[in-house]
Amino acid sequence: MAKSIKVRASNKNGLTTVKALMSHPMKVEKKDKKTGEVKPAHFIQTVTCEHNGKAVLTAEWGAAISANPYLSFKFNGAKKGDTLKVSWVDNKGENATVDASIK
Amino acid sequence: MNSKRRTLLKGSLAAGAVGVAASAGLLAPRSVLAAWPKSAFSAKGIDASLSELYGSGDAASSSSIKLKAPDIAENGAVVPVTVSSSIKNAESISIFVAKNPQPLTSSYALGSATDAYVATRIKMGKTSDVVAVVKAGGKLYSAKKEVKVTIGGCGG
Repeated sequence: MAKSIKVRASNKNGLTTVKALMSHPMKVEKKDKKTGEVKPAHFIQTVTCEHNGKAVLTAEWGAAISANPYLSFKFNGAKKGDTLKVSWVDNKGENATVDASIK
Repeated sequence: MNSKRRTLLKGSLAAGAVGVAASAGLLAPRSVLAAWPKSAFSAKGIDASLSELYGSGDAASSSSIKLKAPDIAENGAVVPVTVSSSIKNAESISIFVAKNPQPLTSSYALGSATDAYVATRIKMGKTSDVVAVVKAGGKLYSAKKEVKVTIGGCGG
């Protein structure tokens, strides 16, 4: 499984718009009707976005977020060239982090 | 005698390996779960989930919240939703789907400089109301919109 986050952060008049696309299956717990076998859920639980070490957005997700999740938000107080750190942790303890520069 | 000793050794070795794997596997998710509001995500109704998440089930309906979602979603597995609000000092935004088995899809804690704006894509099992809840100044505000789903995205 590719563990990657694509982030595009653009600054316009002091307002930074962040768009992030993560690569993750986001599976709901499912029971096979024929065999009764339970396939465990696998989804991102927490996404944190930090600017200068300060959390600008913390998202708590359930399994009802679509596969390969998309997240967009806006915040103030960043300059062009600043770094935005986006990371996620899923319910299996897997994680990914990316540093994106604000354009 | 000798062969028995062999099996015993093998057995204890295997058990040891399993024990190590289990503790390594369990430790990481446990530390994550401490912050993740599991009870709110597993609650069966919006009101129950709201009280687990915010400690109160009352959300006043507000026209200051804009909930953008399609009228008809062809594919319930990917329903784009945008929530924005003009309510000042919003601390948190949550998105619920009333008829999903677990209504809470996601909850967002906003930093002090973050706008009350969140866009994402959610799964919907069937036609249902999508409810956005915004917490500001200790109070809860909500807005809802019905989305018709032609193909469900949960358990299909």
